[in-house]
Amino acid sequence: MSFLGINWFKYSSPQAFHPLAGRMIPWFSAAALALIGIGLYFGFFIAPTDFQQGDAYRIIFVHVPAAWMSMFLYVIMAAWAGLGLGLNARPSFMMAQAIAPTGAMFTFLALLTGAMWGKPTWGAWWVWDARLTSELILLFQYIGIILLRTSIDDLRRADRASAVFALVGVVNVPIIYFSVRWWNTLHQGASVSMTASPKMAATMVTAMLVMTLGFWMYSFAVTLARVRCVIAERERQPSWGKNSSIQEVAEAR
Amino acid sequence: MQWGSPTEFWAMGGYGLYVWTSFGATALCMVWEVLAVWRRHASAAAGSRDMS
Repeated sequence: MSFLGINWFKYSSPQAFHPLAGRMIPWFSAAALALIGIGLYFGFFIAPTDFQQGDAYRIIFVHVPAAWMSMFLYVIMAAWAGLGLGLNARPSFMMAQAIAPTGAMFTFLALLTGAMWGKPTWGAWWVWDARLTSELILLFQYIGIILLRTSIDDLRRADRASAVFALVGVVNVPIIYFSVRWWNTLHQGASVSMTASPKMAATMVTAMLVMTLGFWMYSFAVTLARVRCVIAERERQPSWGKNSSIQEVAEAR
Repeated sequence: MQWGSPTEFWAMGGYGLYVWTSFGATALCMVWEVLAVWRRHASAAAGSRDMS
């Protein structure tokens, strides 16, 4: 498979992917810093005060990007997990492993910033409505996937078990997304959608989308950095054929 | 620009606590995650040098 004159299969081996990821990290980091900087400037200095919610609405500039990332990252993690199961490809499992902690962090942040927004606007930090509950379940899924991996000593089994868990859990993502439509929730509906014009001022939407793009770049940078750690950690373990005994391999796993 | 003074900016129309907690927690988590990955990378790199 060659596209744009690059042999992409070359990068499907961890040894080739490790330096490639290393070269891409600075670019993604710089893009993340720039976009988040612009997004914050738009969010705090250009976007006007909301006529209903006052300045409390500005939490949207971290809340919505974090919540979107929590769902995006889950789907991407599950896709890598599925690819790993289908092709029995180690790098795919490593990508899934590297994405999980970042996804869990954004899910936690979505819940925390949501509580910070809920208190002044609804008068409650937390309510058990469909959107909030399904997002909380997503956090438990991420934690479950991470803990399941650490609880299985055999790497290949850990890869497959957490991949199956991730794939089954994907069903929760559309539930989170459509929860505000399927059920009568206290949580407000979608502010931005593909089909209708946004229900916010253009500057607010711009700030939110630029922040989201910044969070994407951050996620790329941090997961690529983490996948490099994962590759290095796994290579450290004695593998078959490198003059290692069964005993050594067993001890390392 | 709707802020008359820095004090007004930090007050966020009375919602300062909620707004700054949200942004502060997000910043802290991101910085912490970057540092954690950095440290993990350092120890992983040190470990693979030991092997070779």
